[in-house]
Amino acid sequence: MSEFLGLAYFAEVPAVLFDVQRAGPSTGMPTRTQQSDLFATAYASHGDTKHVLLFPSTPKECFEMGAQAFDLADRLQTPVILLTDLDLGMNDNVSEPLEWDDSRQYDRGKVFSAEQLDAMTERFGRYVDMDNDGICYRTFPGTHPKKGAFFTRGTSRDEYAVYTEDGDVYVRNMERLLRKFETAKEYVPAPEITPAAETTSEGVLFFGTSADATREALDMLSGEGIHLDAMRIRAFPFSREVEDFIANHERVFVVEQNRDGQLRKLLIIECEIDPKKLALVRHYNGMPITARNISRQIRQLKGGATVTKIRRKVG
Amino acid sequence: MTYIRPNFRHPDLPSNELGYTRQEYEGSLSTLCAGCGHDSVSAAIIQACYEIAVPPHKVAKISGIGCSSKTPTYFLGQSHGFNSVHGRMPSVATGANLANRDMVYIGVSGDGDTASIGLGQFGHVARRNLNMLYIVENNGCYGLTKGQDSATADVGSASKKGVPNPYESIDLCTTALQMGATFVARSFSGDKQQLVPLIKAAISHSGFAFIDVISPCVTFNNNPQSTKGYEYVREHMAATGKMDFVPVRQEITAEYEPGYAREVTLHDGSVIHLYKQGNDFNTQDRNEAVRAIQNHKEKGEILTGLIYLDPDCSDFHELQSTVKKPLRDLNEDDLCPGGRALQAINANLR
Ligand SMILES: Cc1ncc(C[n+]2csc(CCOP(=O)(O)OP(=O)(O)O)c2C)c(N)n1
Ligand code: SF4
Ligand SMILES: [Mg+2]
Repeated sequence: MSEFLGLAYFAEVPAVLFDVQRAGPSTGMPTRTQQSDLFATAYASHGDTKHVLLFPSTPKECFEMGAQAFDLADRLQTPVILLTDLDLGMNDNVSEPLEWDDSRQYDRGKVFSAEQLDAMTERFGRYVDMDNDGICYRTFPGTHPKKGAFFTRGTSRDEYAVYTEDGDVYVRNMERLLRKFETAKEYVPAPEITPAAETTSEGVLFFGTSADATREALDMLSGEGIHLDAMRIRAFPFSREVEDFIANHERVFVVEQNRDGQLRKLLIIECEIDPKKLALVRHYNGMPITARNISRQIRQLKGGATVTKIRRKVG
Repeated sequence: MTYIRPNFRHPDLPSNELGYTRQEYEGSLSTLCAGCGHDSVSAAIIQACYEIAVPPHKVAKISGIGCSSKTPTYFLGQSHGFNSVHGRMPSVATGANLANRDMVYIGVSGDGDTASIGLGQFGHVARRNLNMLYIVENNGCYGLTKGQDSATADVGSASKKGVPNPYESIDLCTTALQMGATFVARSFSGDKQQLVPLIKAAISHSGFAFIDVISPCVTFNNNPQSTKGYEYVREHMAATGKMDFVPVRQEITAEYEPGYAREVTLHDGSVIHLYKQGNDFNTQDRNEAVRAIQNHKEKGEILTGLIYLDPDCSDFHELQSTVKKPLRDLNEDDLCPGGRALQAINANLR
């Protein structure tokens, strides 16, 4: 699978994949949940490769992002991977009613028609960055008898899709792919920010099925006087808002369901964040994460062992 | 082969019935070794496409990885092409074909590409009867990676390195037959007379058409101890019979040699004439085809020609009842059941 993902990244072929994450490594606990495929998907395949990821957190969002993923893949001409997990994928869930806007149009991205090819005076080049956003124009097979044919390949090629091992041409293409990844930030779903009831210098980041438990934990903690701004990350690459959120807080807790803190590390790598700023709240025994678990870990990380728990009076 | 191709073309260059010259079916200059069998196969594909007058832009070329898989660059330069990953041309071909059935799909693979890493994909594309021409340019070795024995190398056959191959070989025609391929043929890159009509018939066949072309690697596997070298193959070829291919459009005017034994009409109305040669080979019996390949092998012969054909099969689209339009021409109205249908789904889940 990784080899094909690398091909699709480099040859710029749109594709949509659904990854219902379960507990790895290997066959792991195949009927248990985890959020542990971020590394496997974000940089899947050999060479310098990056992929667009979407993180739905409810059945409704799976539906909406599912449709959106196809638009994004066509727009960005690259694989888009939806990362859900077994908690959502295998359990019964209560869901908001699914909705569809009947006026919605599919985004088919940049594709030249026969008429557009006819109107072109310059030579068609599959990998010419005409709009300077890293996304080039493609053609479908059989469109035009004389113009627009090109060769799709996993080997390096020039702007006209002709094989080359010229180092400068190769680097130019790789830099354009980076430019395209920057452009992707404007298209992917924005993060969801929920400010704390009171001003705070600390925040919490989470994604996918950690959302409900984290929100409940935030409620519990605010009852104890611990206030945290919250951000639910919905996509990779991380947009400016994600970087700003981290920059604007002294410490940010990152809640995730895997051993290695994959989201935290991805943030450190991609946004060049001081690792000390991001405190890991993790859970990965295969059962869904709970609010009690999250709040306990945050309390501990804040040195909460010394804090006496305030019990509400019953009665 | 690297050489300078003259730009000059005679103004009265002959053209086919669509007005295309043979030149318009050519590709870029080949970078393969001079004398490589694969270049002859490219030439045969060019000749066949020119003769049956398929519009070049209505052909899609797909390949895996290997010297053989590089060749789609060297024919049909006005067609879209896709050089995919090692052994997985079938899945790319399947996707492309499902997305648009109005194209001619020509897949080129190698014996390494198909018989080792791609064996699983090969079996499934055959049994699904995907409408495509699947050519293996079979040289018994991994040419691109410097001549290691492939899974089609015969027991005892030795490449230039001189070590006899100890393993049983995979016969790709037998495999294709057992996996349900509906057109199976074998040929030799050095026999254009046989190969060109086979390619034409394979393109006209609506289903999975497999041609195993023995195509010697002059650099690593063309020595006297190899059973895939020019000399050995020339001396050990046995043919199922001579054949003619008559495209549907030419049927009325074509003049063909008398004395043919059998004729088979393909889905598109074109006709294959099979001439009697020694034994009267029945090309519509799968079991007989498998036996015949084996019998010849035991005699030290390579059976070539059309080996099996099912002219009445249903291709993958028919088996799946897929939509006729290319998927890219389907719009929101065709594809989206809309908000009301969704409300009904919501209601069902309450
Ligand atoms: C996944 C993968 N494994 C191995 C290779 C290395 N490789 C490149 S070509 C090739 C074999 C090609 O043999 P064949 O398909 O017979 O083509 P030929 O060069 O003989 O025409 C191999 C093993 C690769 N490209 N990808
Ligand atoms: S190495 Fe062999 S297969 Fe490859 S181009 Fe040369 S002769 Fe052909
Ligand atoms: Mg080979």
